[in-house]
Amino acid sequence: MTRGFLAQNPSILWFIGLLGLFTLGVTVLSEAYGTAVLSTSFVKTLGKTLCLCLVAIAMDVVWGYCGILSLGHFAFFGIGGYAIGMWLMYARTEAIVTENLAAAVIPPTEAEVSDAIASQIFGVVGASEFPAIWAFAHSLPLQLAMVVLVPGLLALVFGWLAFRSRVTGVYLSILTQAMTLALSLYLFQNDSGLRGNNGLSGLQNIPGFEATPQSQISIAFFWASALALALGYVLFAWVVSGKMGSVIRAIRDDEARVRFLGYHVESYKLFVFTLTAVVSGIAGALYYPQAGIINPAEIAPIASIYLAVWVAIGGRGRLYGAVLGTVFVTLLSSWFTGGGAPDIDLGIYTIQWTDWWLVLLGLSFVAVTLFAPQGLGGLVDKLVRKS
Amino acid sequence: MLRVFLAALLCAWLPAALQAQETAPGPAPDLQAILQQHQAEIAKPSRRTVGPAIEALAGSGLPGVPAFLEDWQNKEIYVREADGLFFRIDGSGDTVALLDLTTGETVAEDVPTDGLDQIKPNGGVRRVISEALVQFQLSDPDIDRRRDALDAIARNLDPDQLGPLRGSIAGEPDPALRLRKERLANYLVARFGDSTEARVAAIEALATDSSVDGRAVLSQILDTSVEVAQEVPDDVNLARVLEPGTDLPREEAYALMREAADLPPVLDPSGIRGLLETHVEGGKVGGLPIARLATRSGRLLAYDGLAAEGLVPERATPATVDAALASWTIYEAYDEEDSAVTDAARAANDSVQTRVAAGQAADLALDAVSLASIYFLAAIGLAITFGVMGVINMAHGEFIMMGAYTGYVVQLFIENYTVSLVVALPLAFAITFAAGVAMERLVIRWLYDRPLETLLATFGVSIALQQLAKNIFGTQARPLTSPGWLDGAWVINDVIQISYIRIAIFVLALLFLGLLLFILKRTRLGLEVRAVTQNPRMAASMGINPDRIKMMTFGLGSGIAGIAGVAIGLYAKVTSEMGSDYIVQSFMTVVVGGVGNVWGTLAGATLIGFLQKGIEFFNPSNTLAAQTYMILFIILFIQFRPKGIVALKGRAAGD
Repeated sequence: MTRGFLAQNPSILWFIGLLGLFTLGVTVLSEAYGTAVLSTSFVKTLGKTLCLCLVAIAMDVVWGYCGILSLGHFAFFGIGGYAIGMWLMYARTEAIVTENLAAAVIPPTEAEVSDAIASQIFGVVGASEFPAIWAFAHSLPLQLAMVVLVPGLLALVFGWLAFRSRVTGVYLSILTQAMTLALSLYLFQNDSGLRGNNGLSGLQNIPGFEATPQSQISIAFFWASALALALGYVLFAWVVSGKMGSVIRAIRDDEARVRFLGYHVESYKLFVFTLTAVVSGIAGALYYPQAGIINPAEIAPIASIYLAVWVAIGGRGRLYGAVLGTVFVTLLSSWFTGGGAPDIDLGIYTIQWTDWWLVLLGLSFVAVTLFAPQGLGGLVDKLVRKS
Repeated sequence: MLRVFLAALLCAWLPAALQAQETAPGPAPDLQAILQQHQAEIAKPSRRTVGPAIEALAGSGLPGVPAFLEDWQNKEIYVREADGLFFRIDGSGDTVALLDLTTGETVAEDVPTDGLDQIKPNGGVRRVISEALVQFQLSDPDIDRRRDALDAIARNLDPDQLGPLRGSIAGEPDPALRLRKERLANYLVARFGDSTEARVAAIEALATDSSVDGRAVLSQILDTSVEVAQEVPDDVNLARVLEPGTDLPREEAYALMREAADLPPVLDPSGIRGLLETHVEGGKVGGLPIARLATRSGRLLAYDGLAAEGLVPERATPATVDAALASWTIYEAYDEEDSAVTDAARAANDSVQTRVAAGQAADLALDAVSLASIYFLAAIGLAITFGVMGVINMAHGEFIMMGAYTGYVVQLFIENYTVSLVVALPLAFAITFAAGVAMERLVIRWLYDRPLETLLATFGVSIALQQLAKNIFGTQARPLTSPGWLDGAWVINDVIQISYIRIAIFVLALLFLGLLLFILKRTRLGLEVRAVTQNPRMAASMGINPDRIKMMTFGLGSGIAGIAGVAIGLYAKVTSEMGSDYIVQSFMTVVVGGVGNVWGTLAGATLIGFLQKGIEFFNPSNTLAAQTYMILFIILFIQFRPKGIVALKGRAAGD
């Protein structure tokens, strides 16, 4: 079976091989374990890109394979980030508070420690008590479970409601976008219990590893992200191959016909929607410790649309396409906006790419949709076919 | 009731009128003569002695008295040391001219200032003077001064002002001002009237008055203070008894009791810790090792040990708190002693509160209507493109933004805001119409069979347009100033008011509703649009060119977005991101209302507008929460009516 599965999907071996080589290369060039050609911040950028690739292949499965244009997967990504961020922030603040209180004449009570942590974390929004949603923040295993459970449950409930009443196509897209907007608006409130628009910060400091330099932490997270991406790739390749994969693609192409053939379309869609949401949450949990800060603006509907843009540019319906699109657009974007691209002097007007990059992106996106619906992946197809 | 009030008014007014009649006749003395009668009090005024002098002046009825009082107050009156006569002066420096008080003629030129004394009344005297001045201002020929005087009285109600105020009512020519004077006099009677009957009558008259001032009078009469006693004394005017735990927190109740009686304090954890820390001896506190103090119960035990030794004061245990709360009563007593007055005030207050609540509901409804018309304007263009053509246009918000920026640019060239608005509305329509047609021809035409990709392609256009606007106009908000006649608000009363801009937007929304219905139902274009919507192939075989119709429809929808942009820009700021603020709500409006139907969009906008304002009413501080809950509601709503409020039936609904 395994052999058959791999033989069916030669791209898996290619992908894992390339990812392994890439990981090895980055490690060798890193500050922590190698020649220090790549700065720690660039290693972090690469690690973050790998996490974005993971959420992008999840998006590709739900959109490119199952035909559900979800504009909410970046919200699941953000929820995963918030879930891990709560523990990171709690544990770190607890360490600081315990250190401060250790000097006191009388040992502190549990209530005192908890109050001190709460006022440290929530002082910025004028509160000093833990909201109910922080009930598990003290425990890493419970909070890790939240990373999986919260996006999973949200996707399950939302998907069940939406698919049950046969909301499809653009309506579903708008509905998922509304969900994302509602979530981000909720998080923007100061009394949401998650520090309003301040978000959670200081997430790059991993409790228990205060002495470890950031260069080593960044490499560790890079490996973890690469591993997660590899596992996610294999998982999704397995999901979209075989009989289930055929049903999922059939739903994309003609939902009504699949239903008439006796398949329970809603269950398949719900399964894909929830599974991809869970993977998005995990990707977020790996992303935000590398980014160091998470705030509600990250969850805004626009982020989920960009996710769709990456997948579309990379080429829908092929997993490596999502990875290709994400890497291509994010790295190109940071090259253009980071001032890497040379300005173009037109004589009367100088095009500065920091200002004009989004215009270029928007227009090239229109061009890709119109002229190359297969995206970058279509080019790969042509190459493969020629050879 | 009105008759009682008028009678009360007459009773109070008569003495004042009689007094005026007493002083009016008699020899007509000169102002200077009266001043000379009270020369000492006026030249060296003091609060205690100046009264009779001012009364004599006020009673004289001479025309120059108010001006004199004002100048006196402003330290502009001088006394000549040689003969004690009073003058105004003209000029400055070593020598000045003396002016007669009554005629203003120059009495003497080049008088050295050495022989003159400036009169400088102190603060107390100036207050007495200004009180006397009020009655002159109340009958001043200048209506603005009368209004200012009334404002001054309303700001600070004072029983002394009742007399002058009543005296001026009869002679008031302006009906509005007269009504206001009567109202103010009524407020004064309600608060400071001599007899209970007069006050009750005045208070009853307030029951129909929902103005802020009237409510303030009632609430001042109903002022209470919180008292603690073991038994409620008989002589207080009891408002209500407060139940600890329900009406006020137990901690607060206990703190109040501690003010009245000698009770031990309730110590909070930090207070206990502070006291424990000062009594650490050899690693032990109150006989307990420090290590055992890491729990709350351990600390309390240690504290009680210290208290038993007398080292720290007793603390209140829950039992002592319970006992104290049981044996003491906390009550609110009215500051006003007369219970008949407070009863009447409470009844009046209840009726006023009902009126105010009704007014607030009406105000909220007006707000909701105006919000609904904004949503309608923003969404109606989308309803045409999305509803009629099934095309998702993510750049719709950017068309709104284009319209708003058009308005801004037109204002840069045309100074007159009214004219610029008249120019901007059609221009915005033209520009966004052209943009819409261009987008349809270049992008959307190729994607009619791939609706999801229309969404993505138009999104690409949207980010490009947004960034383009940012590059051209910068990131800061640009003003789109409304013409002067749209400033201000239509004030119905103190509770209900709505700004003219919102009314204008409402009118604009109505106009567009009518216009669209007309175009769709009564014109050739509308007929063809409906035909193409229902069955493009059949329409084509009837000789309609679907391509042209789709282009025109898209242009129309975009053009309306441009006009909506001008309207929205008038009351909100114009930024490059304003479009994305409206896009999701606009889609919601269309989807909730029912796709492909102008009435549906109207229903959707109304529902969303009222819903959002309704939620804001329950949680006014938090518009973000209101939006969140509204979106959640819409998500649930679509579960039950997936096709929206006004669903198309039959084949036209398609799928």
